[in-house]
Amino acid sequence: MTDLLEPRAIGRDLVRRDGVAKVRGTATYAYETPVDRPAYAFPVQATVARGRVTAMDTTAAEALDGVLVVLTPFTAERLASTEDREYAVLQSDEVAFRGQLVGVVVAETSELARQAADSVVVTYDERPHDTELSVDRDDLYRPDALGDGAESDTSEGDVAAAMAAAEVTLEHTYSTAMYHNNPLEPHATTALWDGGQLVLWDSTQGVHPDRAAVCEVFGLAEDQVRVVCPYVGGGFGAKGEPHANVMLATMAARAVPGRPVKLALTRQQMFTLAGYRTPTIQQVQLAADHRGRLQAIAIDVVEQTSRVKEFAEQTGVPTRMMYASPNRRTTHRLAALDVPVNSWMRAPGECPGMFGPEVALDELAETLGIDPIQLRIRNEPEVDPETGKPWSSRHLVECLREGAQRFGWADRPPPRHRDGDWLVGTGVASSVYPTQRMAQSTAIVRYEDGRYVAEIGAADLGTGTWTTLPQIAADALGVPVEDVEVRIGDTRYPIASVAGGSSGMNTWGSAVVEAARTFREKFGRDPADGDEAENSVDQAAQDEDHAPYAFGAQFAEVRVHADTGELRVPRLLGVFAAGRIINPRTARSQFVGGMTMGLSMALHENSVWDDRIGQVANHDLAEYHITVNADVGDVQAHWLDEHDPYVNAMGTKGIGEIGIVGTAAAVVNAVHRATGVRVRHLPVTLDKLLADLP
Amino acid sequence: MKPFAYARPGSVAEAVRDVTAEPNAVFLAGGTNLVDHLKLGVARPELVVDVRTLTSREVSDLPDGGIRVGASVTNSELAADRRVRERYPVLAQALLSGATGQLRNVATTGGNPLQRTRCVYFQDVTTACNKREPGSGCSAVGGYTRYHAVLGVPAALPDATAPETCTATHPSDMAVALAALDAQVQVLGPAGARTVPFVDLHRLPGDDPSRDTVLEHGELITAIDLPPLPAGVRSAYRKVRDRASYAFALVSVAAVVAVEDGQVADVRIALGGVAHKPWRATRAEQALSGRPATVDSYRAAVAAELAGAQPQPGIDGGNGFKIPLLTRALVATLRDLTPEA
Repeated sequence: MTDLLEPRAIGRDLVRRDGVAKVRGTATYAYETPVDRPAYAFPVQATVARGRVTAMDTTAAEALDGVLVVLTPFTAERLASTEDREYAVLQSDEVAFRGQLVGVVVAETSELARQAADSVVVTYDERPHDTELSVDRDDLYRPDALGDGAESDTSEGDVAAAMAAAEVTLEHTYSTAMYHNNPLEPHATTALWDGGQLVLWDSTQGVHPDRAAVCEVFGLAEDQVRVVCPYVGGGFGAKGEPHANVMLATMAARAVPGRPVKLALTRQQMFTLAGYRTPTIQQVQLAADHRGRLQAIAIDVVEQTSRVKEFAEQTGVPTRMMYASPNRRTTHRLAALDVPVNSWMRAPGECPGMFGPEVALDELAETLGIDPIQLRIRNEPEVDPETGKPWSSRHLVECLREGAQRFGWADRPPPRHRDGDWLVGTGVASSVYPTQRMAQSTAIVRYEDGRYVAEIGAADLGTGTWTTLPQIAADALGVPVEDVEVRIGDTRYPIASVAGGSSGMNTWGSAVVEAARTFREKFGRDPADGDEAENSVDQAAQDEDHAPYAFGAQFAEVRVHADTGELRVPRLLGVFAAGRIINPRTARSQFVGGMTMGLSMALHENSVWDDRIGQVANHDLAEYHITVNADVGDVQAHWLDEHDPYVNAMGTKGIGEIGIVGTAAAVVNAVHRATGVRVRHLPVTLDKLLADLP
Repeated sequence: MKPFAYARPGSVAEAVRDVTAEPNAVFLAGGTNLVDHLKLGVARPELVVDVRTLTSREVSDLPDGGIRVGASVTNSELAADRRVRERYPVLAQALLSGATGQLRNVATTGGNPLQRTRCVYFQDVTTACNKREPGSGCSAVGGYTRYHAVLGVPAALPDATAPETCTATHPSDMAVALAALDAQVQVLGPAGARTVPFVDLHRLPGDDPSRDTVLEHGELITAIDLPPLPAGVRSAYRKVRDRASYAFALVSVAAVVAVEDGQVADVRIALGGVAHKPWRATRAEQALSGRPATVDSYRAAVAAELAGAQPQPGIDGGNGFKIPLLTRALVATLRDLTPEA
C-alpha cells in the first residue's frame, strides 16, 4: 500500500501549458523542425504483395536535376541488425507485402523527390499471395505469447460440459474489422547524420524506445543518437514502436551526411507502413442458469499477423478476468499472411475483445428477460478470476449504476420504439483496462532560477503530459504548480518509457515523485540554485498482491431512420472508475476521445481488404470514414472519485485507452433494441438493417 | 507527381485557346479534385490553365424567369442565393449535402459537375482502371463496389479485362439536382459557344470509360442556366450516406413534383450514386405522370425504373443493397413532398 500524494495541484482543471503555442502554430512538430538546407525523402513501395525485386531502373530518377541519391535493396547500406524484419529496410530483394519499402529517393524538394520516386521502374518476379483471413484456414497456429506477453490459451473447468448442462446457452461468432490508427499528424521524421552523430526529430510516443530501436538496427551507440519530440499530433499506438519509415529516414540521412532529411508518410502510405489493428473473428460461448449466473464463458479468437513480424493481439484477455464463471476458456489462433505489419492500436486486446463478449451478454440478457445491467451485476467476481488476487479496486457496478442514473436507463424506451421517422434504442456495455506501470523511467528534479524543473524523456501525444506532469511534480515537492517547469520529449533528459498501455502517467509520474522525494531528502525545503536529484520508478515497491484494473460503463442511444436505416447517435455517456484523475480537463478529452473512436469503430471505420491485390482498397480519409460531429449529439464522460492505494503514489490508473473499450458493443446493443437486428460483424452500416426496417 | 506549366490568361477566350493548343492541358477552377489528382498521379497534365477569375461569379436573372449561374460561383454562394433557396430548394439542399464547408467555399459551379469518380481504383495508379488508363481493365469488378453503379451497367457481370468495362459512379450531389431541374450548360470552345442540356452533359461509359462528359478538349463551362419551374412545384434532395457529413452518397434522390387534384401533374426525378452519370429517372417519371399521388404509385414507378438495375457483387457483399435503399429513399422523398397524397 502506498501513501497517496495529498492532492493540491492534482485534480485541478488547469489549461494546457502548450495550448497557446499549438493554437498559434508555433509548436514545432517533427516535419516542421527548422533546419538548414533540408533535403526531402520519398519512398518507393512494392506494387505486388509477394515476390522478388529482380531489377530497379533508377536512371530516370537519377537524371533529374536536384535528385541527391536513390537507394534500392541493391545499393542501400547493410544494417547492423536485420533481426526485426519490419526494420530491415532495403536489405533484401524479397517482397513480403504490397506497399513494402523497396527504395527511397532523396532530393532538393519534396515535389522532386516524389516525381523521382514515381519514375523508378521496379521489375518483380511476382508470386501468388495469400492475404485472406478466415477461420477455415488449415494453417492457423497458436502464438507462443500474445502481444502483451500473456499466454495464448487458458482453460479452467470444462466449458463443453457446462454448455451441455446449462439451462441457457449462447454461441455466436462476432467480428471486428481491420482498423488503421490514422493520427492526424502523419508519421514524420527529420533526420540529420553529421560527424558520426544522428539527430532524429521524430513523431514518436517515446524518444528513448525510438532511439533504442534505431541504435540496434544501425549498430550505433546510444550517445551517438539523439531523438527529439516535444509534440505529437496523435499516435493511438501507431507511433508506439517505430515503424519502417523511421529506419528509412535514418538510412536516407546517412546517405547524405550533413544534410537534414525530411520524410513524412502520405495518408495512403500510412495504410501500409504504420501498423494497424488486425481484424478479429471471435467465437463466443456463454452458459448460464436461469437467473443469469454464468456457468461458462469462452472466447476463441482467430486473427492475423504479417509473415514479416508476429504481433498477436491479446483479444481474449479481458474474458479471463471480467466476470465470474466456474468454467472458462480463451484461445488465440493466428494466420500469418502476406500483409503489412499489424501493431498496437488504442487498447490492443481490450478494444476488440470487449466487443463480442459484451454483445453476447446483451443477447443472453434478452434471452433470459433480465436487464443487461442486472446481468452484469449478477456476475461480478469477488476476486480476479484470472489470478485469484483481490482487486486493487473494482467499481464496475458503481459505474453501471451511476451511468444508469445519469443516462435515465430506467426510463429506456421499449424495443423497437418509434419516434416520428426514427427507431430509437438504448444500449449498455462494460469497459475495462489493466493498470500498468513500466519498469523503467527516471526523472531529474533541479532547483533553477527560483523554480523547480523536472526533466524526463516523456511524451505528450496531445494527451496533456506538459500540463499534468507539473501537477504531480508540484504535489510531490509541496510547491505551487506555477513554480514547476517540466521538460519532456528529448533523449537528453533521463530515460522514459513509451506512452503506451495507458502507463505514461503511472510510470513517469512515479519517477517524478521518487526524484522529488530524493530531492527533498537531500536538499530540504530551501535548496540552492543548481541543486539536483535523480531517481527512478521503484519497481521493487510495486504492489504484486492485487489485480489492478480500471473499469467503466458505456451507454448509447441510437436512432435508426425507418426509411433508410441511417444511424445517428444522439447520446453517448461513459462513467469510469480509473483511479485519481490528475486534470479533469485533459482527462475528459481522453475519455471522450476514446469513446468517439469507439463510436467510429461501431459505425464507420473499416479498412476494406482487397484480397485480389493484397491491400486496403479505401486507403485515404475520404473513403476510410471516421465519425464526425454530425453523427453524434451529446457525448459525456464522468468518473467516480476512486481512491486506490495499491497502484502508485498518485493513485492513477491510466485513462488513455479505456474510453474506446466497450463503446462499440453499447452501440450495437442499442441498435438491436431499436430495430430488433443483432449486428455481430462491425461496422454497423445501414445495409445490414434494411431488410428488417418497417 | 510531375512538373507542369501553369497559366493564368487574361480572358475566357484566351484560356480556351491555351487549352486547345496543348493536347495535354486542363482547366483549373476550385481545384478540390484536380489538385488531389496531380498529387496522386491520376492527372498528369503538361499545362494547367487557371480560370477561377475569368468566368463569371454572378447569379443573374434570365428573361424567362430562370437564373444564370456563372461558372465561378462557389457552391457556398450558390446554396446561399435567395433565388436558389426559394425557387430551387432541391439545388440548395444538394449543394449543402456535398463535401464540407471548406470545400464548398472553393468548389465552383463549373468545376463541380466535372469532378471525377471517387472509385478507389481510379484513384490508385497502381491498379488497373479503364477510366484512368484506357485498356488496362477494371479492378472494381469483384472488388470494392459499395460506391459503384447499379444502373447503366451491363445486365451480366462485366468483364474485368474488357477495355469498355467501368462501373464507376459520378460523385456530385449538385449535378443530380441540376439533372432534375433540366438545367442548360453554357459552353465555350474552340468552335465557339454552344448550349448542352445538363442531362446530356455526362455520358455512360460506352466504349470509352475515360470520357466522363460530352465536352470536347478545350471546351469550358462558362455558366449553367436554370429554367423557371411551374407554379406549385415542390422539390427536395435526399442523400443517403454512411456518415452524416463529409461522405459521398450511397444513393441520392432529386425530386421535383407538382400535384393537381390528387394526380401527379409534373414530375422530374434524378438519382445519384447509382450510375456513371447523374441518372434521370425517365421510366419512373413516365410511370408517375398523371397517376394518383400515392405511395403505391411511387412504389410502382421506382420498380419500373429499377427493373434493369444490376447489382455489382464484391467485397463485403457488393452493392445489391442499393436497390432496396433507392426504392425506400425515392418513395420516402416523393411521399414527404406530397403530404396530401
